[in-house]
Amino acid sequence: MNSRTHYDVAIIGAGMSGLAAGIRLAHFGKRVCIFERHHAVGGLNGFYSHGGRRFDVGLHAMTNYVRPGTKGTPLGKLLRQLRIEREEFALCEQRQSRIAFGPHGADTLRFTNDFAVLESEVARRFPAQIDGFRRLTAAIRAHDDVALDAVPHSARQVVREYLSDPLLEDMLFCPLMYYGSATEHDMDFGQFAIMFKALFLEGFARPLDGVRVILRVLLEKYRAAGGERRMKCGVKHIVAHEGRATALTLDHGEDITADHVLSSIGAPETARLIQSGHRGGPPPAPGRLSFVETITILDRPPAELGWGSDTIVFFNDRPRFEYARPDGPVDPRSGVICLPNNFDYGPDAQLAEGIFRCTCLANYERWAHLPEPEYRAAKQHWYEALQRSAQRFLPRLPAPDALARATVTTDMFTPRTITKFTGHLGGAIYGAAEKNRQGRTELSNLYLCGTDQGFLGIVGAMLSGISMANYHILKKG
Amino acid sequence: MTKDECKQVVTDIIADIAPDEDLTNLKPDVRLRDQLQLDSMDFLDIVMELRKRYGLEVPEADYLQLASLDSCAEYLTPKFNALPTKH
Repeated sequence: MNSRTHYDVAIIGAGMSGLAAGIRLAHFGKRVCIFERHHAVGGLNGFYSHGGRRFDVGLHAMTNYVRPGTKGTPLGKLLRQLRIEREEFALCEQRQSRIAFGPHGADTLRFTNDFAVLESEVARRFPAQIDGFRRLTAAIRAHDDVALDAVPHSARQVVREYLSDPLLEDMLFCPLMYYGSATEHDMDFGQFAIMFKALFLEGFARPLDGVRVILRVLLEKYRAAGGERRMKCGVKHIVAHEGRATALTLDHGEDITADHVLSSIGAPETARLIQSGHRGGPPPAPGRLSFVETITILDRPPAELGWGSDTIVFFNDRPRFEYARPDGPVDPRSGVICLPNNFDYGPDAQLAEGIFRCTCLANYERWAHLPEPEYRAAKQHWYEALQRSAQRFLPRLPAPDALARATVTTDMFTPRTITKFTGHLGGAIYGAAEKNRQGRTELSNLYLCGTDQGFLGIVGAMLSGISMANYHILKKG
Repeated sequence: MTKDECKQVVTDIIADIAPDEDLTNLKPDVRLRDQLQLDSMDFLDIVMELRKRYGLEVPEADYLQLASLDSCAEYLTPKFNALPTKH
């Protein structure tokens, strides 16, 4: 029974980072409990059931994929630190992905898990830029991106020292921003380098059964190491006294105590829980970037619609790519298409149904306060707008109504859904714009991990939990 | 504990934290980092496993003593032999 009222470490949130931190701490003998408000684990990278189907949220593809034998990369570090065998994740590689720009996607760069493909695509489409691109790649390879004390600087400025064509610049930024940037228009160069490695130098993969495979492995390790978790049991307040977190008040009113508290729920979200006599300065601002995603279930694999080659497509139809909170509810002019059927699952395995997902930037404020009928109408309107927009960047359908006729069911999540199920303010999947690499807070024994600590992607999320557990707790004995 | 036994203890720990490394031809007098892909996270894990398995403490200032199997044996064997015997 979970009846203990004191732990060495209490972790808030059972997402990827909280679970990874929990495994490390429990493995080394700490008494750990993870408190999760939702009934399911996974947080921003979870899954849900709807109409008898299970849908992944968040995960299009796991980035940072490297083949067995490639050492010293984030995936390898993660597996070692969590004592996970590679085979347990059962990762299957992408076929190919594309960056498609222009009103009909005329400018394209293909990339795969073999970096030479992107390099040759850049040489083909931007012959005058290829030397600069190679030098930029070398600089990124040499960049130490896990330093916890890095000083932020503009990635756009750095990239312009190597590349002079704004189209190529935008085409490189587009996927990196969509897959992890919490800042509009530009990124910190450190974040850019992490993402460039994660997407281009490493690559995409996923387990046949999606994110739940990864979560199942994490849960099993955590349980085997002796970690506890309490589900449907959120933390309502962090009680503070003299600069320390002295207790956690749970949603149902019980108080528990812990020597250390690790919060994965975000910086502003954590600051809001703290109850102390004085204010420790203004809480960090929530992120401004949110997303909608449409999910279309098909009665046949996308290949039968002529969509069999692309795993992920990053698209943009404007002269310049703009990564920013839109004024309207959604900005359908750029986005990301994911066809999960188009991973290489081997000759005998395939998803039971076809899936077509499309993600675009959205404005939380324009969704948050809609009355229910308007909210449903807006979802319907934008569902159709996204479908139309995305199709411009995929091969032409065999008949104009082919997609509609193949559609079994659809679903869509909005910024409001994200906040409802994950608690992240403003539907900000990538968290606050400002990252906190060392994970320190105004309380000396309360640390952040996850999105707002600033390692990106699901591999990054897990490494964040690991690093913060190591740095703040395990190293100190 | 002999120095050879101590080297075996360290090798066993490395085998557990880095199962993707081939440890069959480890040279005891060469730095581990020069033979294996081990980073600071892995060295922290060697220290953590020594504490977990044997109750043996290695302060951060002494991490450099773990550079090679030989230096591990020099540094750790007396510490092992000074541990209170468990019954």
